[in-house]
Amino acid sequence: MIILADILNATVLFAVPLILVALGGMFSERSGIINIALEGIMIVGALVSCLFLSAVDKSGFGPANPQLSMLLAILIASVSGMVYSALLAFASINLKANQTIGGVALNMLAPAFAIVLTWAIQGQGNTTIFIPTWTRISAESIGVTDISTFLPRFLFKSFYLTTPAALLLLLASILVLYRTRLGLRLRSCGEHPQAADSVGINVYKMRYIGVLISGFLGGIGGLAFTLAAGSGFQSQVAGYGFLALAVMIFGNWKPLNIFLASLLFAFFKILGSYSSSIPFLPQFKGIASSEYIYMMLPYVVTMIVLILSSKKSRAPKAEGIPYDKGMR
Amino acid sequence: MTKKRRFSFRGMDSLIASVVSTLAGLLFGFILLLIFNPAKAGNGFLNILLTGVRSTPRLAKVLYTAAPLMMTGLSVGFAFKTGLFNIGASGQFTMGAFLALTGAISWQLSWPMCLLLGILGGAVWGAIPGICKALFNVNEVITSIMFNWIGLFTVNVLTYNNPVMLASAWGDVSKERTAALAKANLDAILPKLGMDKLMKFNGMNIAIFITVIVAVIIWFILQKTTFGYELKACGFNRNASQYAGINPRRAIIQSMVIAGALAGLGGGLYYLSGTVQLTLGKELSAMGFNGIPVAMLAASHPIGTIFSALFISYIQVGGDAMQPEFAREMIDIIIAAIIYLSAFSLLMRELLGHAKKRRQQVLETVEAPEDKPNANGGESA
Repeated sequence: MIILADILNATVLFAVPLILVALGGMFSERSGIINIALEGIMIVGALVSCLFLSAVDKSGFGPANPQLSMLLAILIASVSGMVYSALLAFASINLKANQTIGGVALNMLAPAFAIVLTWAIQGQGNTTIFIPTWTRISAESIGVTDISTFLPRFLFKSFYLTTPAALLLLLASILVLYRTRLGLRLRSCGEHPQAADSVGINVYKMRYIGVLISGFLGGIGGLAFTLAAGSGFQSQVAGYGFLALAVMIFGNWKPLNIFLASLLFAFFKILGSYSSSIPFLPQFKGIASSEYIYMMLPYVVTMIVLILSSKKSRAPKAEGIPYDKGMR
Repeated sequence: MTKKRRFSFRGMDSLIASVVSTLAGLLFGFILLLIFNPAKAGNGFLNILLTGVRSTPRLAKVLYTAAPLMMTGLSVGFAFKTGLFNIGASGQFTMGAFLALTGAISWQLSWPMCLLLGILGGAVWGAIPGICKALFNVNEVITSIMFNWIGLFTVNVLTYNNPVMLASAWGDVSKERTAALAKANLDAILPKLGMDKLMKFNGMNIAIFITVIVAVIIWFILQKTTFGYELKACGFNRNASQYAGINPRRAIIQSMVIAGALAGLGGGLYYLSGTVQLTLGKELSAMGFNGIPVAMLAASHPIGTIFSALFISYIQVGGDAMQPEFAREMIDIIIAAIIYLSAFSLLMRELLGHAKKRRQQVLETVEAPEDKPNANGGESA
């Protein structure tokens, strides 16, 4: 049971960045802009918020007000992600550039910039920004002393403020996308921008909003990934931006499906690292380095599910096409 | 005739736009150098610009790294031209490298056979996203991302279970990389034709010539054959091409097979140089991802890819010489800036196009009226 709690805890921990970033990608694509730059946005969000966390750690403000600092770090991550995503919005909306090209440039820029900046701040060769330990919400801090039972273990083994934040943002995303005027307008710009324009919706503005929301969520996702990875910020997010893109497509551009897809993917990803302690899983004794077989598992499962469910998959119709008022 | 002239003008516009964004990107890089270390900025910038031609070993290194970049760039560019985004060049590159090395070390084949195996490995790994897209309507972006990782881990498992592949079987200590070809199979190393001695760089071999020839062949296929036309047509509009009698499913699979084969060949060429060993880790090959900026800088044009790969390899070699005053990642920033700025190229092309249109309107009023539909026809391409 304890192993199950550990697995579920880790699943949630790794699903959080996927949920956030994939939701970000969804808002952007639903407004009609393909956001390849999620990886870069995550890196920028993680970079700035981790710099903030290490700064407040040194000044003493952080250890004194841990969760307030985390909240600020989340806000800072989201704002920096938004600023960075504005570069994509400008190129692909105002300049009508190829959205993939702009995204590729931003993906390349972010890690390089992060390394250069980390070196400039921490001194040459110090490429890791360490995350202070007080960022974690421990069971003791809210009065639960015994974490040997299932529920506290599941909740508090590794628990950060980003997890409840992600759940709140998931609910907010569903509400915004399906229950507000903004959401309807946003979606219409991703399906048929000319029709949207003809009824007075400002397509450029909607697409800007879509991309900026993706920057907002992507930035927080970057911080959440760095927290989950546990080894500090090393100017990369291990391809999670691209994985989130895959999860978004897997989730069929819908918030709830994205949520489930993230959990499924993260579960199979975690399963691999616990495979030796789960008795009923095959151990591949005769094969050298069999751990790689388990590492493949989440990707293989995703592919199988995709092939089985592909008939229903439908991308926003106008995504990737720059909006040109004069076009028929 | 008017049509033909319009086309070449378009090419010129793209070239001018690329050159301008390159210069602007370099200027941006210089400003960054000034901000980070004003005293050393001038010297650092000269290093970026001149290192590649300062000595023959450095020039050889430029050519040596340009070869695999050109192949992954061609892979991404070819798929892009046919309406597909091949983000899986990394996995195809790794698969190609793996099969080529298996041929070289485990089966003791000579280099042409190993290269063919590399092509095969890449083609198979490219075919899978193609088949998934054509038959099951699964987005090729997601499939190629998944198969980058599946490919990496598959290669790891297969290599570890064939101990003769590992460097440890050939008298080296390391168990995390494949055997050095110099020890395992000299026949599998690409011919150097004495160029390595001439240029004093061990990695110099015929790879760069092979890749240039391949780039020209790809240009020919895309631009001058019915086959290439069908693939492009399918990329522009799947339904229209089907209406015109093209089988879009077949076209998608063919495109991805060719794109994969190109990346696989790149993997073979890189690792059959005999100077690098395939490291078995948990990170995707960067060479495959670097193909994306190469292709974007060249606007996916095969001939342009030759130059963009050479350029990126050139300033990367320059970036290595900048250390330790500046991090070599500065070069990535510059490349990213160039690609981002090339986004402005469309704006510039439009401005250039406006100027030309005005000139042409003046001409058209002088010319006979039957030339008119022709001049408009060129635009739709």
